[in-house]
Amino acid sequence: MAKLDAPQIVTSRVGLDGGHTLRGYLATGGYESLRKALSMTPAAVAEEVDAASLLGRGGAGFPAGRKWSMLKKDPVTYLVVNGDESEPATFKDRLLMECDPHQLVEGVIISAWALQVTTAFIFVRGEFALGLERVQTAVNDAYAHGALGRDIFGSGFSIDVVVHPGAGAYICGDETALLETLEGKRGFPRIKPPFYPAAIGLYGQPTVVNNVETLSNIPWIVANGGRAFAALGKGRSTGTRLFALSGRVRRPGVYEIEMVHNTFRDLIFDSALGGGTTDDVAIKAVIPGGASSPWFGPELLDVPLGQDEVAEHGSMLGSGSVIVIGVNDCAVRAAWRLTKFFQRESCGQCTPCREGAGWLERILRRLEVGGGRIEDIDLLLDVCDNIAPGLGWPPQQTTICPLGPSIPSPITSAIAMCKEEFLAHVEHGGCTYG
Amino acid sequence: MSRFRPEFRQRAEELVALYPHARSATLPLCHLAQEQEGYLSADAMVEVAELTDTTPAEVRGTASFFDLFHLEPVGTYVVGVCTNIACLLAGGLELLAHAEKTLGVAVGETTEEGTFTLEECECLGDCDVAPCVQVNSRFVRTTTPAALDALLDRLRTDDAPADIPRFGVLSRVRRSVGLVVPPGQIVAERARVAAASSSEKSPS
Repeated sequence: MAKLDAPQIVTSRVGLDGGHTLRGYLATGGYESLRKALSMTPAAVAEEVDAASLLGRGGAGFPAGRKWSMLKKDPVTYLVVNGDESEPATFKDRLLMECDPHQLVEGVIISAWALQVTTAFIFVRGEFALGLERVQTAVNDAYAHGALGRDIFGSGFSIDVVVHPGAGAYICGDETALLETLEGKRGFPRIKPPFYPAAIGLYGQPTVVNNVETLSNIPWIVANGGRAFAALGKGRSTGTRLFALSGRVRRPGVYEIEMVHNTFRDLIFDSALGGGTTDDVAIKAVIPGGASSPWFGPELLDVPLGQDEVAEHGSMLGSGSVIVIGVNDCAVRAAWRLTKFFQRESCGQCTPCREGAGWLERILRRLEVGGGRIEDIDLLLDVCDNIAPGLGWPPQQTTICPLGPSIPSPITSAIAMCKEEFLAHVEHGGCTYG
Repeated sequence: MSRFRPEFRQRAEELVALYPHARSATLPLCHLAQEQEGYLSADAMVEVAELTDTTPAEVRGTASFFDLFHLEPVGTYVVGVCTNIACLLAGGLELLAHAEKTLGVAVGETTEEGTFTLEECECLGDCDVAPCVQVNSRFVRTTTPAALDALLDRLRTDDAPADIPRFGVLSRVRRSVGLVVPPGQIVAERARVAAASSSEKSPS
């Protein structure tokens, strides 16, 4: 049974008429958390976020409070918001930027206070024209309202927030690639170490990079206390989380539900959530956390939606996007398309990723459209093994960023779960699904 | 193109002023050039380089990395059909093939009269209304061939829905103020506050 009694922490204004406007925001308690935060010390605000045990909502799931505590003390530091949401079938940050941009902006200002940064930047994916317009409008209105700029609400605290448009590159979701782009360069992920921008980030200065959903939680945490947030969920996975559900479901969409207390089955089948599969089709596979995550078979539908719970079963909750593949969908075609995505989005710095993705895409294409050979299946696994040696999870790193080692996930999953489909493609000389 | 027209030049300078380092304005300025000309021309990249204190090669290097920058002229409307996983399951490939047929161009090409450029997109993040179509980065939510054809007809006759500007206009909302507290000023102010609070504490 789905547990749906948790508060709507970040989606309370989604669907609310005028919820994205300053007027709508103020009418629903907007910017009260900022006033409260400014009456507290920055350290006290950071303690609340720490007490909330808020895990980053971008994909890696790093604790936000710990990330904040790692920010190296320096006269010049930055806060950068990662709104470059591009993980396939992830559409929660777009929803937040379009439907409740002030909540994000308030989260940014509170965080800027807690961290005492010099300037904050909100990086919005270029393809989100409406999101860009909504966030820029919210920033403009926040300045006019006195919530942003000089001497915010008479507190003496001053900060500028700059909205920065991206221009279409999945790799810029990687925080170091995002920082390179924000510096006006190609979106090449940076060589590690340094591992964390908290030490060396934007322009070489200490920088915190947080995801849109992560920071959208901050106003609620300040208003209700970190402990109230941590009381939701279980274990390391506290609070609610946005799940973007798509594929073969009746009611695809973004659902905010309490972590761990709900399972994949709840999300897909509950009448208030996914409402079951399209035409009641049986499930072949579920991609549990974005394109990079190893697939789950139908036998794992009862795994709870929690960071560690999904990891224990050899995958990841990642960006919170759940894609349902039905028994009548071609696994080879799905693996091919996801590989084509990685091939297009590989930045080209590292050989295993740049060359490997191309090889894999070409092999999968010929399997799908005709011309595949029986030895292609082993060849796929061999190339995958060159990109992520051992093909374990989490994958071995052979490249600067995690994109490369993520490429094998859909391929090894599809072969492990649906090898007979690959064999049928070879035998049939192309796709058997028509 | 020619150079930035005076109003665009002024907007460009305002954008540069938002960043601690001028080079950070590269992407916003490339978007601005596309807004003026409908694509990112070689001349525009020269001017962006001047404004960002870089070289035209560096601007080209950055711009050519990104899908949204077009270094050759494109149609008034860039139609993007997503075929990534969620859209694939919903018939994205078939919708893209239909768009090719309707427009009479292959992916990446522009119609002869210059109205449409067709693109195959990666996930655009509208997966609950799949297959997803964008026109000039606006979600149009036309998931069937018939609905897509009807929209293309409207655009062809210059009857564009109000929320679809011509290609190049990314955000119609401009920043209303410049930097209110430049970073240098913030650093000085905070140093002063820190010094004052530590001198308060030190006697005890």
